[in-house]
Amino acid sequence: MFLTREEEKMLAGEEGRAAQKAMQILVALGKIYGAEKMVKVSSVQVSGVSYKNLGDAGLEFLDELAVDGRARVKTTLNPAGMSLTDWKSQGIGAAFAEKQLKVIDAYRRLGVEISCTCTPYLAGNTPGFGQHIAWGESSAVAYANSVIGARTNREGGPSALAASLTGRTPLYGLHLEENRVPTLAVDVEVPLRSPEDFSAMGYFVGRAATDGVPLFRGVRQAGVEELKTLSAALASSGGVAMYHVEGLTPESKLKPEGHEAIAFTPKELQEARALLDGDGSPDFVAVGCPHCSLSELETLARLLRGKKVSREFWVCCSREVKRRSDDAGYSRWIEASGAKFATDTCMVVAPVEELGYRVVATNSAKACHYLRNAGLRTRFMRLEECVAEATRSS
Amino acid sequence: MKLTGRAIYEGRAEGAALVSASPMSFYGGVNPETGEVVEHGNELKGQSVKGRVLVFPHGKGSTVGSYVLYRLAKNGVAPCAIVNAKCETIVAVGAIISEIPCVDMVDVSKIKPNARVKVDGASVEF
Repeated sequence: MFLTREEEKMLAGEEGRAAQKAMQILVALGKIYGAEKMVKVSSVQVSGVSYKNLGDAGLEFLDELAVDGRARVKTTLNPAGMSLTDWKSQGIGAAFAEKQLKVIDAYRRLGVEISCTCTPYLAGNTPGFGQHIAWGESSAVAYANSVIGARTNREGGPSALAASLTGRTPLYGLHLEENRVPTLAVDVEVPLRSPEDFSAMGYFVGRAATDGVPLFRGVRQAGVEELKTLSAALASSGGVAMYHVEGLTPESKLKPEGHEAIAFTPKELQEARALLDGDGSPDFVAVGCPHCSLSELETLARLLRGKKVSREFWVCCSREVKRRSDDAGYSRWIEASGAKFATDTCMVVAPVEELGYRVVATNSAKACHYLRNAGLRTRFMRLEECVAEATRSS
Repeated sequence: MKLTGRAIYEGRAEGAALVSASPMSFYGGVNPETGEVVEHGNELKGQSVKGRVLVFPHGKGSTVGSYVLYRLAKNGVAPCAIVNAKCETIVAVGAIISEIPCVDMVDVSKIKPNARVKVDGASVEF
């Protein structure tokens, strides 16, 4: 693998131990995946933040890197296992909170912005078309590649952090145009009426596409909210890191490889919903996976205005979008209903199974997938139905 | 016999081979405190990776597995070397951050359980 003089210096340890370790990781990955050289990145999103997933091992590693490591490009952070400010009202224990705050402190020392969101593209980390970036967080990876047209592989926590500490990533995979062409066509033969329909479709197609690049044909319209939840669903049931929507996403003119096509009809939509929606009366309602956009908070404010929730209701979003919602006046309607903002975190990375809930209602296929893996039961509902469920007298 | 592969993390180590014919998951598959393999259905279940040359085709499972290797090393119960048929991201990153010599692109089926194995850079001798 070809390395520039500057990269050689990092590998030799002349720029400190953390940069050396980071460069070792990137060179090894380059070797494994056949990269000819490194490419400079303009943006990094680091996953691996919740103490629930990192454990003491992850915390020790971050502490060691933070001794002399420093982010070289704009670097933002995935959600944590709790709200960094309101963890007590979420029911999080002090022992967990202490460890989680230590993780955050290590990232802060590394020069990472404590954005704590899975939607960096809604909160100030906004790469442009064609830019090379290194993002973790599978839903954001799919969104960045597909909707923005930036170029990233599906990074794990350490490899994304390594890219941040060196400003580079090995040039392979989705950084190269030849790997961005569709591998599977999906003919959408059912009207998609809500973001939740896109979520269900993503969940279904992710299973069929595994780690391929699907091309959706026949989708007439889709906004940020639809594409955000489609990205998340595709990346949770499968390993999809990029997709195209004909006529809508910026690289959808790339010609498909081969002719494999599947149909997504009312039958498949029904099947997808059945995979996600179980039974039982929800004792917990959570929306915002991926984190809510400002427009979703506006909708929630309208739906919740003048009502009271009768059970725990989490609205997950980034602190940045929450701030905009405060300014717009949405937050007070939401909070007056008794719903709680879960900023910095979400129902997937917080230790929800330890908080005593059993049946979760949510509008996200991705959340259903991970909550089921954690042993909870899920109800898959549209946003309006989630609010109706939360405000129903029990 | 001496096989030459590709060094993922260069180093020298020697130990008895612990061989798994199936892919290994470290997250949830190996106890980070003791080094014991706990993955259901893995033929090494109940054995410790401590000080062994751990031989398996490739890693699988959560990327958090890299941190489990690191934790094993910090606790002094890590394998002394790793030999893979084809190394992937989880094991590669784990070996590098834990400084465990790691070689891949070798025919792992040639290495018999408990054989004395010497790893040096890209070579594996047994």
